[in-house]
Amino acid sequence: MKAFRSLTGRVAVLDRSDVDTDQIVAKQALGRIDRTGFGQFLFYDWRFDFDGTPRPEFELNNPAFAGARILLAGRNFGCGSSREHAPWALQDYGFDVVIAPSFGDIFRSNCGKIGLVTIELDAAEVKRLMELVDLDRGSDMEVDLEAKTITDPRGRVIPFEYDEATRHRLLNGLDEIGLALQHEDEIAAYEASHPGPVATTAIR
Amino acid sequence: MPRTLFEKIWESHVVHEEPGEPALLYVDLHLVHEVTSPQAFDGLRLAGRRVRRPDRTLATMDHNVPTDGGPVTDPLARAQLEALARNCSDFGVPIYATGSGREGIVHVIGPELGLTQPGMTIVCGDSHASTHGAFGALAFPIGTSEVEHVLATQCLPQRKPKTMKIEITGRLRLGITPKDVILGTIGRLGVSGGVGHLIEYAGEVVRGLSMEGRMTICNMSIEAGARAGMIAPDDTTFAYMEGRPAAPRGSAREQALDRWRALASDEGAVYERVVEIDVDGLQPQVTWGTTPGMVVPVDGRVPDPSDFDDVDEQAAAARALEYMALEPGTPIADIRIDRVFIGSCTNSRIEDLRLAAAVLDGKKVNPRVRVLVVPGSATVKRQAEEEGLDRIFKEAGCEWREAGCSMCLGMNPDVLMPGERCASTSNRNFEGRQGRGGRTHLVSPPMAAAAAVAGHFVDVRELDPIGA
Ligand code: SF4
Repeated sequence: MKAFRSLTGRVAVLDRSDVDTDQIVAKQALGRIDRTGFGQFLFYDWRFDFDGTPRPEFELNNPAFAGARILLAGRNFGCGSSREHAPWALQDYGFDVVIAPSFGDIFRSNCGKIGLVTIELDAAEVKRLMELVDLDRGSDMEVDLEAKTITDPRGRVIPFEYDEATRHRLLNGLDEIGLALQHEDEIAAYEASHPGPVATTAIR
Repeated sequence: MPRTLFEKIWESHVVHEEPGEPALLYVDLHLVHEVTSPQAFDGLRLAGRRVRRPDRTLATMDHNVPTDGGPVTDPLARAQLEALARNCSDFGVPIYATGSGREGIVHVIGPELGLTQPGMTIVCGDSHASTHGAFGALAFPIGTSEVEHVLATQCLPQRKPKTMKIEITGRLRLGITPKDVILGTIGRLGVSGGVGHLIEYAGEVVRGLSMEGRMTICNMSIEAGARAGMIAPDDTTFAYMEGRPAAPRGSAREQALDRWRALASDEGAVYERVVEIDVDGLQPQVTWGTTPGMVVPVDGRVPDPSDFDDVDEQAAAARALEYMALEPGTPIADIRIDRVFIGSCTNSRIEDLRLAAAVLDGKKVNPRVRVLVVPGSATVKRQAEEEGLDRIFKEAGCEWREAGCSMCLGMNPDVLMPGERCASTSNRNFEGRQGRGGRTHLVSPPMAAAAAVAGHFVDVRELDPIGA
């Protein structure tokens, strides 16, 4: 996983609550066996008409959001399914950070695994940030995971909380599986003392 | 210290723990399917890792298999199914492929094979892994990175969730199903009401439910935003387990029973939150919007966005009504439907099919409506056919299909056309869930069957006072 320390980038606004993973990534993406190329399917049904033409009324199609790397979203963002294809699509489209009042649990955990930073802020603070974004010319913000701060378009610094273990991993780009395998002796010892309820899943 | 069911399972599965860090939790059973696993197996290959415990891993094909018995024509689906078969053979993982006679929806086959057992930790790269919690297992969904993690280590770093007890009290009226109970509960809690929590369902109503009913309830815990749902095992659980292929037998069963009996939450165990749901007056539930929490009783009406206090909820309701093409104030019973889907890991087991068949017996599906009945597994299908349920469905004018996820998620040929409206026994009514532009109303199996006959929503107890 690539490390994340800080970033200054364009902000996009999607002020909708309960945006579910079925919306975030279109189904046609779920059939893929590759790990790349999911960005084209991000919010597909909202971004495009049935014939594939972009729908100008959809928020992310605003030219002022072009190249956005930070997404400001509504509460319970990423609710619904455990499909990691949703974080993959956000990341592949170009987002490195999503800021919302709250997130779906599994979605947030999945984001943490791939280095997509999810920041929870007070709902009023998120609304205020949304209002600061210039919908005609676009706005930039800074997100600093090391200092745990956001700098809004007017230069005000907002602190945020972040899960320490995940932050440590993200800052250093650590492979979680490698970390777990450092405890291989303990895993083996656990297995030796817990033969397990089922002998094997290969049932005859 | 008295402990909850959850705490007992959690504590007995911690492999490694450090203050402030997530615990490394051992996984007893890992269920794998074609959609969320290919990138995980590729990750193993890239890192030169093996599957640590293929004997604790089981794969099946369910999400994108066609249910008409025909070949897989979609090239993407075919590539994914072939990848799963190849990955399983490369890494030595047992698989129930299409045609094996044991294939089916991953959350249906685990329990029916007896693999799902009380006290286990179970994970699956699918949201509805919570279904297995009905057996008093700690079962939760994981993403693809975590699938890879479990394949490689048989462990998962996890932070302890908060616990919530939902005490379901009162008496279920005739014709009210577990699906109505859980839809009503989500309506009360809201779709983010369970975030960060693990739910334990308790109370007299839960004790009275069959294992299949309990599975329906635990299945939809995710729709309340919870990490997982679980129910303490009891004699109903133990009776269900008996004689299943992977369940313990003889003296092993006696020992298992001792362990399983000790799992129930202790008297005085503490939960972070306790919610009581009284089901005394509960009516059959029908969702009207695009989240499972947007739900009303069948004798209710489509709400007006202005009925909601919170501005975000008003905006969400207005958007949902637009997508669903519904006017505020419309009686639910006036909503006409085009399609009916009876299936999914929520409601595709034998009891669900029996309830639907009881309503359809001797009746005809409304000629405007197309009905798909999709058993959850090849085993369920065989049993239904032995009981003659397939004949009832076919004579009523339904299509009787092969096992799979089918129209639950629109990833296989079973999809809604844009604008089509469907009464569905599945678990998600998100925009486009069953096909782009499709409109989904979640209901119980008997309510879906009743809508199939009437062509619109109707209280199943009015349609069929005896059969319900
Ligand atoms: S039936 Fe639906 S919810 Fe259940 S596993 Fe299949 S796709 Fe997921």
